[in-house]
Amino acid sequence: MLDVRGLRKSFAGFVAVDGVSLTVDTGQIAAVIGPNGAGKSTLFNLITGHIAPDSGQVLLNERDITGAAPHRICRMGIGRSFQRTNIFSKLTVFENLQAAFLVHHGRGRDFWSRSEAFYREETAALLASIGLFEQRNTVAGTLSYGNQKQLELGLALASDPAMLLLDEPTAGMSATETHDTIALIEKIAGERSLTLLFTEHDMEVVFSIAQKIAVLYQGRLIADGAPAEVRSDPEVRRVYLGEH
Amino acid sequence: MPASFLFSQFMGGLTTAMFLFLIASGLSLVFGVMRVINFAHGSFYMIGAYLAWQMVHWLHPGGASFWAAAIFAAVGVALLGAAVERLFFRSLYGREELYQLLFTYALVLILGDAAKFLWGTGQLSVSTPPVLAGSVQIFGTTQPLYNLFVMAIGPAIAFGGWLVLNRTGIGRMVRAAQMDREMLDALGANVGTIYTGMFVFSAFLAGLSGALVTPIQSIVPGMDVLIIVQAFIVVVIGGMGSFWGTFWGSVIYGEVLSFGILIFPGFSLFSVFALMAVILIVRPWGLFGKPLR
Amino acid sequence: MSWNRTALVQRIPWTLIVFLAACTVPWIGSRYNTFLGEQIAIDALFAVSLNLLLGTTGLVSFGHVAYFGVGAYVCGILMKTYELPFAVAFPAAGLGTALFALVSGYFCVRLIKLYFAMLTLAFSQIVWAIAYKWNDVTGGDQGLPEIPFPDLDWMSSIPGLGDLRINDQFYLLALALIAVSLAVLHRIVRSPFGRILTTIRDNPERAAFIGINVRAYQLAAFVVAGTFAGFAGALYGIFSRGVFADYVFWSKSAEVMIMTILGGMDFFWGPAVGALALVWLNQQITAYTEYWPFFLGTILLVLLFVFPGGILGGIAAGYGFLRRRLQSRPLQPRDA
Repeated sequence: MLDVRGLRKSFAGFVAVDGVSLTVDTGQIAAVIGPNGAGKSTLFNLITGHIAPDSGQVLLNERDITGAAPHRICRMGIGRSFQRTNIFSKLTVFENLQAAFLVHHGRGRDFWSRSEAFYREETAALLASIGLFEQRNTVAGTLSYGNQKQLELGLALASDPAMLLLDEPTAGMSATETHDTIALIEKIAGERSLTLLFTEHDMEVVFSIAQKIAVLYQGRLIADGAPAEVRSDPEVRRVYLGEH
Repeated sequence: MPASFLFSQFMGGLTTAMFLFLIASGLSLVFGVMRVINFAHGSFYMIGAYLAWQMVHWLHPGGASFWAAAIFAAVGVALLGAAVERLFFRSLYGREELYQLLFTYALVLILGDAAKFLWGTGQLSVSTPPVLAGSVQIFGTTQPLYNLFVMAIGPAIAFGGWLVLNRTGIGRMVRAAQMDREMLDALGANVGTIYTGMFVFSAFLAGLSGALVTPIQSIVPGMDVLIIVQAFIVVVIGGMGSFWGTFWGSVIYGEVLSFGILIFPGFSLFSVFALMAVILIVRPWGLFGKPLR
Repeated sequence: MSWNRTALVQRIPWTLIVFLAACTVPWIGSRYNTFLGEQIAIDALFAVSLNLLLGTTGLVSFGHVAYFGVGAYVCGILMKTYELPFAVAFPAAGLGTALFALVSGYFCVRLIKLYFAMLTLAFSQIVWAIAYKWNDVTGGDQGLPEIPFPDLDWMSSIPGLGDLRINDQFYLLALALIAVSLAVLHRIVRSPFGRILTTIRDNPERAAFIGINVRAYQLAAFVVAGTFAGFAGALYGIFSRGVFADYVFWSKSAEVMIMTILGGMDFFWGPAVGALALVWLNQQITAYTEYWPFFLGTILLVLLFVFPGGILGGIAAGYGFLRRRLQSRPLQPRDA
């Protein structure tokens, strides 16, 4: 589904991503791991159009989406969550998701009707599936960190994506929260047959659900394959054990 | 068109440019470090002019009194700047930039009326200090000595400022603050002091330029608004936060105004704003500035 | 309990009451009151249109007066120089302003916050410079005095309105047009389009990642806001019997922004309340002193440091505070 070819990006002489190529098959759950500063977030930003690469290509289902604007990429079926929680903090949880549905269904040109009337059932359903129905009327900015991350996920799902890019979905969470979040993600990915690409620091999480792991180090891909292979890869061990 | 006339226009433009540079450099500095456009900068300039007049008025309009008055004015405005920054501006740092901008505008309103209240609405003037009262003949044109003096100060300050910024420890801290204030804060440097220092220094420059302009221009209410618009254009053209950018921006502005009037009298007013718009559209960070991030 | 009272308060059609009250002014008030009322109404429309940018979309424009001015000049020129009827000139003013907003907005929305503000200011000063110097068309620094009133004979046939002076008849017409404009703006803000604008203000990055073409929406908001500012300007030109270059000077942009924030930019009617407050304060203070700028500056300071939410923000906070106090008060058992 996703085909990244030779992506390269440097910032004022510093090479953040150096010729990275990887593929994610439809329905696969793939992870990108690597120490801090390896270029994971930059890679994600390159894929989702937040930054334009210096060279290389990004193909979604054979379609070239390299450097396309983020809103276009979203409409083509990639949903994204961010490392630092990125929600509409002044709106309620319900309004957050409702807004996403308004966009998804192309209601943006409606200057006349009342916005609160639309997509109420869909919003309620999505809220229920991510476990935020109780907090639907809470202002998003006042939610707990864990709940905000859930809302993040909800926003990414509202545009009915075929593929989800999750940037450190369990960052800052306790062991139980991590477990619950991963269970939720797995469940939803299964229900909607989503393709998943995520980055993570928590190795347990990665090895428990990823079917394919790509390892990034200093902007370059040093390993790419099934968890067992990656686990025993000497280069990977050096990078991680050496770093730790 | 005789060469001497063109030269005259050129020198006129340069005088305007150098005066503007004196004022605009302070504006650019504050923006570079604090990311705020200080609309009250023009008001500081105006207060500097009034204070200089006041000092000359108290001491007798003699020779040395002009220079004492200029220093007095600059220091006075610097103190005013310090008070404003410490008492009010500080509390607005975390907030949206809009509030900071509006605060400086509130200052413009208040200081403008304060000046009117203290010094009335009439025109005031200060005579040229005797040591610079004459003129010289260059290329068949008469150039007042005082204008030449101002033209020399401009580059002197630009060069001095550049030296301090790039060759001293303080300068390095200021440049660091320009790039990443959070990092600097984390490193333990007292960012608050740097901000206050920058603000006070820019107020000093504004007050000094206000004082120095008095022999050439009369002091009137409204000079604050007039000058801030021009300084603003200059800083946009040259690039915020860049000393040399402000310098060349001033030169461009001064000469466009000077020669634009020859081409089409009504044109120059329109053209400077059009120039500002074009720069913002094509290269928003100005000729010498760096892209903001 | 008290919170039922709040719900009741919300159900009272405040805006309808205010509108009807405003309509009665020509009969129960003096000429001066009508003059003030019209000034407030026009400023209210101008400020609410700015708030579509500021409060709803998060676009800080320092050049909004440009659109006010373009509307005023287009309407004024068409009515005075070309002697076209108001029914043509007024919509034309809106159209002309919309076009100008489209072109200028296209360039402005591509810039980040600070540069956006500066470019809006630059465009506004360009409009001022043109107005000030283009003697043939705009009257230059003399402006366009004596804009004619529209032909309001048809109004005299409406029962009760026949005896009014033309100024009062125009007042009612302007009020009606402004009311319709505000109603339309209100609908726009509550619509899905408006909701998307709100998300753009809240978090433009996230908005892009749920599929919103942020620039396109910002441009649309810019055009809508500009058009209504143009309508306000057109009415103002007739109201003040002339269009002059200093209507377009940047200090007017600052004034309307202060009005918007004074009333509360997080509320739709905030700017209208701000317009009322500022015009009233201006009238009161200028009666006693010439130092209005000083007082305006002080009001702004108080606003910034003490009441950043503006008048309506303060009231809402007060309501919320009271409500929480009342809700948390435990039931006291009667002592035997």
